[in-house]
Amino acid sequence: MKVQEIGAILEGEFLCGGEWAENMDVDFGYAADLMSDVLAFARAGSMLITGLTNIQIVRTAQMMDIPAVVFVRGKRPQEDTVRLAAQSRIPLLVTMKSMYETSGVLFAAGLPACIIPHREAGGEEH
Amino acid sequence: MVLDFPVEGEDFLAAGEASSSVKDTLKMLGVPSSICRRAAIITYEAEMNLVIHAGGGMLRARIDEEKVVLVTEDQGPGIADIDQAMREGYSTASDQVREMGFGAGMGLPNIKRNADRLDIESTVGQGTILTASIYFVGEPQPSA
Repeated sequence: MKVQEIGAILEGEFLCGGEWAENMDVDFGYAADLMSDVLAFARAGSMLITGLTNIQIVRTAQMMDIPAVVFVRGKRPQEDTVRLAAQSRIPLLVTMKSMYETSGVLFAAGLPACIIPHREAGGEEH
Repeated sequence: MVLDFPVEGEDFLAAGEASSSVKDTLKMLGVPSSICRRAAIITYEAEMNLVIHAGGGMLRARIDEEKVVLVTEDQGPGIADIDQAMREGYSTASDQVREMGFGAGMGLPNIKRNADRLDIESTVGQGTILTASIYFVGEPQPSA
């Protein structure tokens, strides 16, 4: 799904990277307010949906090959977060929708989820 | 090739810069993107541990033809029980760190999942040395 299409579906505003969004695809969606979870479970090529706005969100996106980020609940990041995203060519989008609604409309529009591998309590995978 | 980065404790603005450089270098060397990503996850989790828990330290990446070895070394408080620290959900992070979305007790298990080999040496009151290796070929890939 094109990032630009996601911007339209979410009635969102691009804080940076709107000009790249037309040619940029995402393959999955992952929603979390825990970067620790994103680092463990988001797949490469996922759109990150989050309510956190600190600069580490962009760092996490860089590390995880996350092409674009949407901030929910109308939350806006500080200048340094937007600057790093623009340098890293990661479009940032803000929507007034809640995390639940954002995830729901994108899922309904055909953006698949990242499947979480089954793990024992100790963290071992099967 | 050896890359060395000093990492400042509690500097949440700069945290991740070293990991970003390591990932860029691996990409530039033509290392496959799935391996670059695993290396980036390991360095970033380990770098955040230096920033959050250790009062800073040193991050080193050693790259040769067959592997990348990622090492963090600190003079922080050390890990009293490594088995406990390896369990998902166990964390000693502050509320400030949790508000930033970290400190959920996922870091060390995530490092283990992405490394082909992991070695942690830690002495309480003296510090911790973490060594994680990823082989470019010939070693099993983690399922994550």
